[in-house]
Amino acid sequence: MKNVLETDVAGLKLKNPTMLAAGILGLSMESLMSVANAGAGAVVSKSLGIEPRHGYGNPTVVQVEGGVLNAMGLPNPGIQVFIQEMAENRLTVPLILSLYAFAPKEFATAATKASTAEVNGLELNVSCPHASGTGQELGRDPKLIMDIVKAVRETVNMPLFVKLTPNVTDIVGLAKAAEKAGASGITAINTVKAMAIDIETSKPILANIIGGLSGSAVRPIALRCVYEIYESVKIPIIGCGGVDSWQTAVQFLQAGASAVQIGTAIATKGLSIFREVNDGVERFLKRKSYGSVKEIVGLSHRS
Amino acid sequence: MGYRTEANVMRTTQIERIDDEHQLVKTLHFKDPLCAKAEPGQFIMVWLPGVDEIPMSISSTHLDRMAAITVGKVGEATKTLHKMTKGDLIGVRGPFGNSFKPVGGKVLIVGGGTGIAPLAFLLERLVATAQNIKCFLGAKNRRELLFHSRIRSLLARKVAAEIKTSTEDGSLGHKGLVTELVEAELTAHSVDMVYACGRESMLLEIFHLAQKHKVPLQVSLERIMRCAIGLCGSCSIGKYRVCADGPIFTDTQLAEVAGEFGLLKRDFDGRRIST
Repeated sequence: MKNVLETDVAGLKLKNPTMLAAGILGLSMESLMSVANAGAGAVVSKSLGIEPRHGYGNPTVVQVEGGVLNAMGLPNPGIQVFIQEMAENRLTVPLILSLYAFAPKEFATAATKASTAEVNGLELNVSCPHASGTGQELGRDPKLIMDIVKAVRETVNMPLFVKLTPNVTDIVGLAKAAEKAGASGITAINTVKAMAIDIETSKPILANIIGGLSGSAVRPIALRCVYEIYESVKIPIIGCGGVDSWQTAVQFLQAGASAVQIGTAIATKGLSIFREVNDGVERFLKRKSYGSVKEIVGLSHRS
Repeated sequence: MGYRTEANVMRTTQIERIDDEHQLVKTLHFKDPLCAKAEPGQFIMVWLPGVDEIPMSISSTHLDRMAAITVGKVGEATKTLHKMTKGDLIGVRGPFGNSFKPVGGKVLIVGGGTGIAPLAFLLERLVATAQNIKCFLGAKNRRELLFHSRIRSLLARKVAAEIKTSTEDGSLGHKGLVTELVEAELTAHSVDMVYACGRESMLLEIFHLAQKHKVPLQVSLERIMRCAIGLCGSCSIGKYRVCADGPIFTDTQLAEVAGEFGLLKRDFDGRRIST
């Protein structure tokens, strides 16, 4: 029987349109394998840099209305160590490495190192809202996005996704810049810059004060970003931001996403969220008599 | 399985009472209805405003919506907790994770250092379920033996109960390691369940002994914690997340993570380092 969930995103063959979002669990190979076994169509590692990084002190995660606020500070073992650990890789789904760096050249160096391992794609983190000198500090500027994507494109030949920040006035301009420079796809969105305060102590709760908001609270923002980007670029889009059910996954697909990434919902629903979304999307496709999930990508633009 | 959103909300609360257990360990009591419903083995995240947020096992719960944590002085955060006085504010979220499962029959409890804290809480439940309870407590010296009198009074009501102590300097009970008592016990008597908490080298030793004597085991593990809700991966051990799949692990689960348990943990940057 034909798998209606099977899809293709910038050359990546996926058995279903769900992926693990960067920053969630992907600090070790074994946790990525747990996510794949739970039914994800692809997994994305934690953002990796050239050097290992401890990240910020606690509190790094605070729950707020409708989501979770985090300022982890990009903790990671460094790309070299991660690649060594990939010897334990028994993944049966594509693995995308998320990379961060502080300059275009450094992105190219990180990508070169990544390309020495069995990696199926790269996602450039130019959108972390709470790290100095990297993330959205680079990715708010379309010119810098172009420089970064070009530098990486010249270095490696594999699917290259650019994860964008919503903390700008014009996310479409960023997407266009990424496409023009040779990106294979866009991931939208990273977290929304936010904070939380405890009134009894009057202190900001996060050690870093400022963090990024994820979860259902950001979903309408993410959906709008995907919808707008879809109108302006031809490369595929991966939707990310508050997907916590099959219905919300379908919303992203109809807005123009070819696949969706899931992160925060793992906390509230556990790893079974991947099966829940896939089973629900499959039932929806059958009920609506679609032969493939690809048929509903961008449907809201044609209705 | 997902976490309870309600429990993950940070609540600021006052320290209501402080007990000095010994020079290096204090028990801090605070009011929090959710923490007061914690099961033995569960942990909470304790926020010290402006300093840090650390995972702590619940060491007791009381009527009047009170709960307590028992804190050894080991790092900056725990030193801050030791300086706190009645009325000072801490933030709490949780309880998180699974709990020890009380069983019937003959049980052996093995605690080392501050690892005795969640076990004393467990013992409050076990006195109702188990027929025979043996409790082995280890410490560096007599003064640092935690909750000795609390445990003695809990077991006083039980006919088939025994406490043994071991100290490294021999100032009380067996001179040496508590694992030596465990080895002798498992060799001589049948046991239906072992519960253990303490240094991971001790837990590994007990795991080997339990495997050898084919006795089921439940241990409490510790790793670097950040989110406490199964998202960040900081507390990974093999395929498990200590915060969401633990902190209590069975002998079967420990066997699955044999390459890491007792040997390796993840550092703040995710690299594997020695435990």
